[in-house]
Amino acid sequence: MEAGTSVATGSRPTIGRLPAVRRQDVVFENGLRLVAGLILALIAFFFVRLYVEASPAFQRFGLFGFVTTNDWDVSRELFGALPLLVGTLITSAIALLIGVPVAVAAALFASELCPRRFRGPLTIVLELLAAVPSVVYGLWGVFVLIPNLQGFERWFASAFSFIPFVGGGAVRGPNYFIAGLILAIMILPIVSAISREVIATVPQDHKEAALALGATRWEMIRTAVLPYSRAGISGAAMLGLGRAIGETIAVTLVIGNAPTIGKHLFDQGYTLAAVIANEFGEAANDPIHRAALIAAGLVLFVLTLIVNAGARYMVRRAARGVRAPSGGRAAAPGAAAA
Amino acid sequence: MTEVATKAKRVTLGGLNAYYGDSHAVKGVDLEFAPNQVTAIIGPSGCGKSTLVRCVNRMHEELPGARATGSVRLDELDVYGPSIDVVSVRRTIGMVFQRPNPFPTMSIFDNVAAGLRLTGTRGVKLRERVERSLIGAGLWEEVKDRLDAPGISLSGGQQQRLCIARTLAVEPEVILMDEPASALDPIATLRIEELVEELKQRYTIVIVTHNMQQAARVADKTAFMLSGELVEIDSTERIFTTPSDSRTEEYVTGKFG
Repeated sequence: MEAGTSVATGSRPTIGRLPAVRRQDVVFENGLRLVAGLILALIAFFFVRLYVEASPAFQRFGLFGFVTTNDWDVSRELFGALPLLVGTLITSAIALLIGVPVAVAAALFASELCPRRFRGPLTIVLELLAAVPSVVYGLWGVFVLIPNLQGFERWFASAFSFIPFVGGGAVRGPNYFIAGLILAIMILPIVSAISREVIATVPQDHKEAALALGATRWEMIRTAVLPYSRAGISGAAMLGLGRAIGETIAVTLVIGNAPTIGKHLFDQGYTLAAVIANEFGEAANDPIHRAALIAAGLVLFVLTLIVNAGARYMVRRAARGVRAPSGGRAAAPGAAAA
Repeated sequence: MTEVATKAKRVTLGGLNAYYGDSHAVKGVDLEFAPNQVTAIIGPSGCGKSTLVRCVNRMHEELPGARATGSVRLDELDVYGPSIDVVSVRRTIGMVFQRPNPFPTMSIFDNVAAGLRLTGTRGVKLRERVERSLIGAGLWEEVKDRLDAPGISLSGGQQQRLCIARTLAVEPEVILMDEPASALDPIATLRIEELVEELKQRYTIVIVTHNMQQAARVADKTAFMLSGELVEIDSTERIFTTPSDSRTEEYVTGKFG
């Protein structure tokens, strides 16, 4: 072997490989393209099919009217999805309000404060929450949360009755708050897992800069870690929101399934996903009811699409927004040993 | 600068050992950094010079598995003493890092103010201190009209002076610089070296460098380290002309490293 470009001594020259080998590449590439295309086609198909199936409802109530009418009454064949939409948004908002701070706190603890040897077990336990079937969460809500939280709910409703939407009515067993609380627990694993990933990308440089200024752990987190990972954590919260919006069975069990807009936090309600799960069986012989339920599904689908798009946008902005133009690479942990 | 040579303190290392897990990075070093002087620490990569300075403000122990034994005294006070608060040690002994590391989400002003805000400085006093620190770091004239611009919009050399201003703002007595110019171009490096000359009027300065010319230009005293041990410390002139240890001579004449 003399020159760098020379060909090896084997029977097959390296630059001039058999056509069959190159064909593999073509097949592989087109195969992947097909699979990727199928996913897009499937989503488009979902959308079109849902719209077609839901169109009787939209024709009767109007596209806008369907989502803004506050009246869902099966016996009178009136289907306005506003109570369901409101129920979905309220329970999801409660889930975010309770779940995100806890998830971020858990992520911060696991990545910045927890002794190294407990880090693995803690993470595993947190992620185990994601493995519990949602019907189990629902049952736990029915048999544990609802009976045991009644006292707390009554106290909270009267102590904070000056806050709009909190007080001012009897505390029901199943209600928005219980549903939101269950959802908060259910979104914990994903929000904290993504937050932990984002927090892990904070360069050691910035953390050391804060510590070298005489920052305590908490001050270091506040000055270096949180500002850097804020957008990413927002994205994590949005992904959690996507999950909360679509959750069906656990919510169905604890929200009371009353197709009205609840007057306060501890009142019964309904959500888009729950109504579909509950009423689909009886709607089989009633075309307009069936169409209305499918329309509710379409609204849910669009809502999740919007939330997911928002989440992607935020995570992407987080990824490039705060990167330093010069020398922004994270220092390797060993760099200090120079 | 009106105050002269009042705040600087003497730093004395006694039998300092530092470890990363099982690896012994600094081996029983005794060393003294005199006030109002620049002490350079030179040596080949991996000789423990960065680790040594990181032990002085107790940053070393932030790394997983890292620990240090021995004593680091600031005048008479042992910073590894049982009743010493790590946070206050780091306020008193400031540090400038190899790579400029301004907080990416903060403006120029906020970067300098970051350390002050931790101590609860607010309002007019905060503005004064920020201005004084930027003047001290030789950056004020360049940034005074755009204090709200992001810190990372500055050039690399300016960013490093911003980091120096951030360190000055908390009014330390000792400043540790860990290869502060190694990521900078020659002009920016020169600015940093001039700045080091000015800063020693007021602070004790320790500068780690792998650039021997830099040590020769800025340091009053130079220490040479090899494999975690201190080979010798002497006036910079002697180290570079007539060192007493043959290993030092081989290193400064470029025979290895």
